[in-house]
Amino acid sequence: MTTIAADGQILDDHAHDADHKPAFFQRWFMSTNHKDIGTLYLIFAIIAGIIGGAISGMMRMELAEPGIQYLSGWVGAGASADEALHLWNVLITAHGLIMVFFMVMPAMIGGFGNWFVPLMIGAPDMAFPRMNNVSFWLLIPAFLLLLGSAFVPGGTGNGAGTGWTVYAPLSTSGSVGPAVDMAILSLHLAGASSILGAVNFITTIFNMRAPGMTLHKMPLFVWSVLVTAFLLLLALPVLAAAITMLLTDRNFGTTFFDAAGGGDPVLYQHLFWFFGHPEVYIMILPGFGMVSHIISTFSRKPIFGYLGMAYAMVAIGVVGFVVWAHHMFTTGMSVNVKMYFTAATMVIAVPTGIKIFSWIATMWGGSMTFKTPMVWALGFIFMFTVGGVTGVVLANGGIDDNLHDTYYVVAHFHYVLSLGAVFSIFAGFYYWFPKMSGRMYSELLGQLHFWIFFIGVNILFFPMHFLGNQSMPRRYPDYPEQFAYWNEIASIGYVVMAVGVLIFFVNIAWSLVAGRKAEANYWGEGATTLEWTLSSPPPFHQFETLPQIK
Amino acid sequence: MSHAQTRDLSTKNLRIAAVAGAMGFAMLGMGYAAVPLYEIFCRVTGYGGTTQRVDAAQAATVQTTSRVMSVRFDSNVNSALPWAFKPENPVDRVSVGARDMAIYIATNKSDQPVVGTATFNVTPVQAGKYFHKVQCFCFTEQLLQPGQTMRMPVLYYVDPAILEDPETRDIEEITLSYTFYRSKDGIAVDPATSDS
Repeated sequence: MTTIAADGQILDDHAHDADHKPAFFQRWFMSTNHKDIGTLYLIFAIIAGIIGGAISGMMRMELAEPGIQYLSGWVGAGASADEALHLWNVLITAHGLIMVFFMVMPAMIGGFGNWFVPLMIGAPDMAFPRMNNVSFWLLIPAFLLLLGSAFVPGGTGNGAGTGWTVYAPLSTSGSVGPAVDMAILSLHLAGASSILGAVNFITTIFNMRAPGMTLHKMPLFVWSVLVTAFLLLLALPVLAAAITMLLTDRNFGTTFFDAAGGGDPVLYQHLFWFFGHPEVYIMILPGFGMVSHIISTFSRKPIFGYLGMAYAMVAIGVVGFVVWAHHMFTTGMSVNVKMYFTAATMVIAVPTGIKIFSWIATMWGGSMTFKTPMVWALGFIFMFTVGGVTGVVLANGGIDDNLHDTYYVVAHFHYVLSLGAVFSIFAGFYYWFPKMSGRMYSELLGQLHFWIFFIGVNILFFPMHFLGNQSMPRRYPDYPEQFAYWNEIASIGYVVMAVGVLIFFVNIAWSLVAGRKAEANYWGEGATTLEWTLSSPPPFHQFETLPQIK
Repeated sequence: MSHAQTRDLSTKNLRIAAVAGAMGFAMLGMGYAAVPLYEIFCRVTGYGGTTQRVDAAQAATVQTTSRVMSVRFDSNVNSALPWAFKPENPVDRVSVGARDMAIYIATNKSDQPVVGTATFNVTPVQAGKYFHKVQCFCFTEQLLQPGQTMRMPVLYYVDPAILEDPETRDIEEITLSYTFYRSKDGIAVDPATSDS
């Protein structure tokens, strides 16, 4: 044990004596170091994002004009027209599952959470480093199972074509063959990975904070991960139960969701959305946390209304558990049930509004600079607000009867997730990339990435509001002539966005090779959390003598 | 940190992890508990048009009123079941509170004995908690021999309380709908308590 005084100088000392790294295989394949596991998660998320993004590119290609252009070619010679259409279902399913479980969640929770929760609370590592390793390596077979399912029979053709919701009876009697079983097992593994991660985060945050760091002094990103971990812990087991019932319905003759044996498919929808609605907050809350730090850093002011910000996230998490049936307004609910779920859903706009206004109030009168992380964070606030407004529209049971399963819903959840969550991931990435890698990114490429991506995704997703209002349904590869105009524009938007992503990869490569060396606190006085007291990159082991928080 | 402190921390860590793990398992249990709870919820509240089941003694205490309603009978057969299934009369006019017997006629069109089981509900769905069945072929599984035709009775009444509920008092016609499925082999089925 070291005996160096906790006066700030220790950190550099640790960089010398605590920086002994294991050999390559041991370091990356048997890792118990939270920073290395975080890096693995980020690399995994980037790879999954490329695959999920490529699949959406295939979908935008097919949707660029009316008619079926590419599906028959992709599914291969000799396949029937139905198999080509089944491929479409496989694509939307894979895109949804990959982006939710293998891109956004690993990036936010596994990547940034692992990297920065221990650093921000002044802990040497996660509470259970080996369990952390298990969490990461469970994701690999989960992802392989999902990708592999595309090559085995799943009913009409190869692959699981159930949508990310895996509704019965399509997922039970409607999808014969091992593809859906593989997709379900993939979800089991990914869920187990996340539950273990959640237990780890909860223990770390409750038990391993540096002396003096009370819950009410904890950085907001740590708060956001704490709330997210509880949501994971309470929501994912319900999904596990529901998909286990699907599995036994499929293979062992149970009839949980089969009316022929007294079951009810609507029960599956209730169970799924009891998980599924908290899941959307799981995907956005860590983003809230990151954006709070970035806005504060680049306004050179502490965050406005710290406690309100923290408890707004708690409130969003709690209320998020009692609004699930707004995803099921069209399943034949009585007016009273619809009224309850409409009202409860709208209540969520209150804590969300507290967050948006507190971010604006933080910037108000601040000494603002518009570095890349800041423009991404501002982009996040704009996008998330647009998605939030359409969310309030959709919360109305009466309006949802018209808009359910149209492109309006697709536009809504892509504004909050694809644009909200993804913008916050990019914001966090640029904010912390030099901290993680020790190299500054290129500001020019970062800004270019932002503007092209921002313009691209808006061209891509905004027209979907119009298509939805013209009642173009989701989940179809073909559409009548009347929808052709906006679909073509949306597909052009995809290409613009893809150029933006390309710049992102160029930026990473350039930074790693030729980026300027990053100092400990490269953002200056606005960046006040503990990770900025460490070198960039931080020593392999940090905080063996715990920092004192005043 | 001393070794004693480290040991202390790992004990505290395990305790919190155990509590968190227990919460996870509890939610897994809740997921499964949702299956019977959902059935009870539907049965008690008449959710989704779930009808009520009463015995003859309860039925005898009900007062007949002068209000007359139509009850329409709907029949559906799942494609896996080789049966014909139709109501004898498509619609009955009944006094609210009065017991009425409706007859469905089912024929096994195959050359094998087949067991069927029916699920049911009423629309408008708010009427579910006021639609009381005293006897029904849907309470049990039905076996039809090859080519056999069976008359299947439903003894029911509409609870006069339907006239007091602002959500239901203006209802003029209730549709009682059945769907017959081939019973799943080797599985105990009690559709009377498990539909919603």
